[in-house]
Amino acid sequence: MKRNDGCDGLTGISSWFQEDGLRQVLQEMEALYEQNQADVSEAKAAGRADLIPSIKLRHCCLLRNQRCVVAYLYDRLLRIRALRWEYGSVLPANVRFHMSAEEVQWFGLYKKSLASFMRSIGGQEGLDVTQDMKPPKSLYIQVRCLKDHGEFEIDDGTVILLKKNSQHFLPRWKCEQLIRQGVLEHVMS
Amino acid sequence: MDTPSYFPVPPGVGMEDNFLSLDDILLSQERLPVRTECVFPRLGFLEKSSDSQDIQEGTKMELPLWLCKGLYEKKRKVLSVELPKIYKEGWRTVFTADPNVVDLHKMGPYYYGLGSQMLHFDSPENPDIAKTLLQTFIGRFRRTMDSSQNAYNEDTSVLVGRLDFLEKVLFKSGQSGLNGFQGWEKGQAAQLTASSLVLNYRKRKIVDIQS
Repeated sequence: MKRNDGCDGLTGISSWFQEDGLRQVLQEMEALYEQNQADVSEAKAAGRADLIPSIKLRHCCLLRNQRCVVAYLYDRLLRIRALRWEYGSVLPANVRFHMSAEEVQWFGLYKKSLASFMRSIGGQEGLDVTQDMKPPKSLYIQVRCLKDHGEFEIDDGTVILLKKNSQHFLPRWKCEQLIRQGVLEHVMS
Repeated sequence: MDTPSYFPVPPGVGMEDNFLSLDDILLSQERLPVRTECVFPRLGFLEKSSDSQDIQEGTKMELPLWLCKGLYEKKRKVLSVELPKIYKEGWRTVFTADPNVVDLHKMGPYYYGLGSQMLHFDSPENPDIAKTLLQTFIGRFRRTMDSSQNAYNEDTSVLVGRLDFLEKVLFKSGQSGLNGFQGWEKGQAAQLTASSLVLNYRKRKIVDIQS
């Protein structure tokens, strides 16, 4: 009797969407269901009430498989949702690679929901709630660039070249996303 | 301390269990010794020791908790569940004597969880089991809390090795509170950090390069 044992290990988004595993579980569920159908009709037709415990047992297995599958899928969605808050609205290619098509679609819908919510609060321009997750202590922060990112324009028009290991003194709200993505590093003095 | 945004479904408290909780699913994989009270036709292949096509009445087997809960009925027509030895009289006296000495991780990592679920099976010893579970937890809690609040930046494997799953969760949350406070004291609370996705990816890349 196979179950999603170690479905715990499978739910890191760094692992593939386990389509094969899921397909096997669904096939097993179909087989169990068919066996049960046959037994139920025999129990009714030939009056064999003694088949009922076996039917119940197979039914328990079906419910168990269903529970494992649903919990696995749900946990993956929770992790994908966390990515929107922790990382940003554009996921890197290597993460998207590990998501199923439906999960990518779900992420798009979630992003849209969140964006329309953010537009609806905070007056005319809306409020970006994914910013300032830690209370800001200053308007400008010192950052170091961890990898080459090319040119970066700030509000007053100045263009900064983000080269590896260069340090800059930049407005906090501009850098927050790049820090989260690992391009810049916040330097505390 | 990074702001967490991943909130997994927590395990149920006491005799409940949450459908979507991965911890509860893993807990209910634990096997219990069971005696069948009726015949299970055509399922003989589940029981390795006999060759018959059916599971006979009175067979002793080990079934996982989820199956026991699903099949159990109050009138005892289907299954009778035996208590695993750690919930029996003998071990109960050991726990009441000194709860701190016992290695709960070895006794089955889900001592409290499984014990609470066992109460579903209407054993006559239920009130004693419940009382022992509670007293053991109370007896051990102080040490767990103390050690989690005072072990900063050190290897905690010795402290954690003898803890049951529930106690490990408590220990971890104590540690994260301690680390958060220490970080705040050092002024790290205001530092913006990369997301855990990036940090884990970087760690894995380094491992790949090294291997």
